[in-house]
Amino acid sequence: MTSTEQQPFLSVRDLKVHFSTEDGIVKAVDGLSFDIAKGKTLGIVGESGSGKSVTNLTILGLHDRDRTAIEGEIVLDGKDLLTSTERELERLRGNKMAMIFQDALASLSPYHTIGKQIGETYRKHTGASKKEARERSIEMLRRVGIPQPEMRVDDYPHQFSGGMRQRAMIAMALVCDPELLIADEPTTALDVTVQAQIMDLLKDLQQEFGTAIVFITHDLGVIADIADDVLVMYGGRCVERGTKEEVLRDPQHPYTLGLMSSMPSLDGPVDVPLQPIPGSPPSLLNPPTGCRFHPRCAFVDKVAGGLCSSERPLLEVADGRGSACHLPKEQRKELFADLAVIRHN
Amino acid sequence: MSNAETLLDVSGLTKHFPIKGGFPIPRTVGAVRAVDGLDFTVGAGESLGLVGESGCGKSTTGRLITRLLEPTGGKILYKGQDITHAKRKGLAPIRSEIQMIFQDPYASLNPRQTVGKIISGPMEINGINPAGGREKRVRELLEIVGLNPEHYNRFPHEFSGGQRQRIGVARALALEPKLIVADEPVSALDVSIQAQVVNLLQKVQKELGIAFVFIAHDLAVVRHFSQRVAVMYLGKIMEIADRDDLYDNPRHPYTRALLSAVPEATVEDTPRERIRLVGDVPSPINPPSGCRFRTRCWKATEKCASEAPPLVQVEGNKAGHLTACHYPETDDVPSPRLTKSPQAAA
Repeated sequence: MTSTEQQPFLSVRDLKVHFSTEDGIVKAVDGLSFDIAKGKTLGIVGESGSGKSVTNLTILGLHDRDRTAIEGEIVLDGKDLLTSTERELERLRGNKMAMIFQDALASLSPYHTIGKQIGETYRKHTGASKKEARERSIEMLRRVGIPQPEMRVDDYPHQFSGGMRQRAMIAMALVCDPELLIADEPTTALDVTVQAQIMDLLKDLQQEFGTAIVFITHDLGVIADIADDVLVMYGGRCVERGTKEEVLRDPQHPYTLGLMSSMPSLDGPVDVPLQPIPGSPPSLLNPPTGCRFHPRCAFVDKVAGGLCSSERPLLEVADGRGSACHLPKEQRKELFADLAVIRHN
Repeated sequence: MSNAETLLDVSGLTKHFPIKGGFPIPRTVGAVRAVDGLDFTVGAGESLGLVGESGCGKSTTGRLITRLLEPTGGKILYKGQDITHAKRKGLAPIRSEIQMIFQDPYASLNPRQTVGKIISGPMEINGINPAGGREKRVRELLEIVGLNPEHYNRFPHEFSGGQRQRIGVARALALEPKLIVADEPVSALDVSIQAQVVNLLQKVQKELGIAFVFIAHDLAVVRHFSQRVAVMYLGKIMEIADRDDLYDNPRHPYTRALLSAVPEATVEDTPRERIRLVGDVPSPINPPSGCRFRTRCWKATEKCASEAPPLVQVEGNKAGHLTACHYPETDDVPSPRLTKSPQAAA
């Protein structure tokens, strides 16, 4: 986004993902576009049900094909993933694109050694021998900072601690030097000191191999640490995007601002109450009309003509920066300043 | 520590969970030393935050205070009365004064009971009949926690996560407790909802004068809620102090590392201090000798391995600021936080 001259490595255009469920159609993602260049990290922030995980399962082609209707375009390095066959996707997954999940224990097989699980991907994509795969597994474990990898390679997942499992999963994801890494809340289940280690590791590996990373999280703090660009999602749509600095310093959407004001900090004033966003996230079975944030928005009455509840605000993007809000730009500055008491930078 | 009347006085509290092994006759082959010698007090109306990483024993501590677990050793005094090994009967009057709020709002409410039944449950068990009837009291409680009293006859599944946690709060308030132990009450909630519940708890704490033991892993949430904070590591308290002392002037290397590891949603021109701990928390089955933090500490020496540092007021600390370290951090090296926000103080 920032590097416009560079050809984007992954490009998502007007993506719509709708599931059919017993209760009706869930519009999990409703018109989402973004690009990501090599060596860059895109942070996707959103609360539960905002569509951030669905987006990424769709990129990898891991969605349930019978129940999902997809529109739009996902182009990875010139290849449209949505029109690819399952076979073609299989060749890409684990090889050119890989994923790290939140719960490492649930994503590793308890019956196979760590080394075997890392080596399996490698053998499948490169046709390496068992011996070569084992060598490679040891090398990968060493790279992600597991001590004594020659011995630990034969351990089972239950013999690893939480942080080590997450490292092993990163090793597995990176074994074929993927060019795109999708990390879905990879540090949420970890303690802060271990989370810091894992994020440093991802940054180091990215610098070394120029991997493009899509980092999904609900934590703006993690975004501030790792992302280059940020995309804020709400109710299946992107409400704001820009570089990390732009979004965190100068949020342009009431939802982003609300998220920031509701977060307690380590050095802001403490004796003022937090400023939560009233209400709760929308149901995507029956999302609000117009702007999906309008039932919770503090500025609805500042927009004339009830526009917020009748018309979907467009995401106007210039230079990678944009927000989807009916509020006139000039007014935002003034209005947002009132709400931003808690924020301190 | 606190000028207020002491409500809860905990000394030398330990809880070891036995590990059974052997066949055909299982024997105790070891112990998980979940809580290993805690001393702290909670004053009336005060909120004490317990922070630490997973496995540090903070939840076990909460369950010991509420006597859902039987302590292995030590003493728990509630209003001067020893409740360490009190039996069912002796605990009954105290149980109504000490209540608990749980982490998972989905698992801690009976799905087959209506909200009214859930919240009036504690009153039923204790045979309390408030003036105007239980239903009136429940409706009042619903109002206090910000729910519609009309929801009296609804079931938990009809509520969102944040609303369910409010029901949990209402239930804890039903008996007008003196002390509430809240075990990770907001960590299962979305960020925007988290703030709603934190504000509610704060309102309840201030307006009703209830003392809180607030257990959480999120240092920012704890800072916002607690007047005093204890940092735990592997079953021991590493540092305990008034909130501002602890966050502005952490003396224990672990506290400092923990604070520096919290990612903050700010973009700074000068990156703040980062301390990266290596490795993971050791197993509480076989904790390190001496200081438990020494295996990850950058200052550790032989003394740390042989001698467990006592939890004392180290030089330069304010009264009530206790640190368990042989080599406490000093003032001349500015704390990770103090280097940062001159405006925040203003």
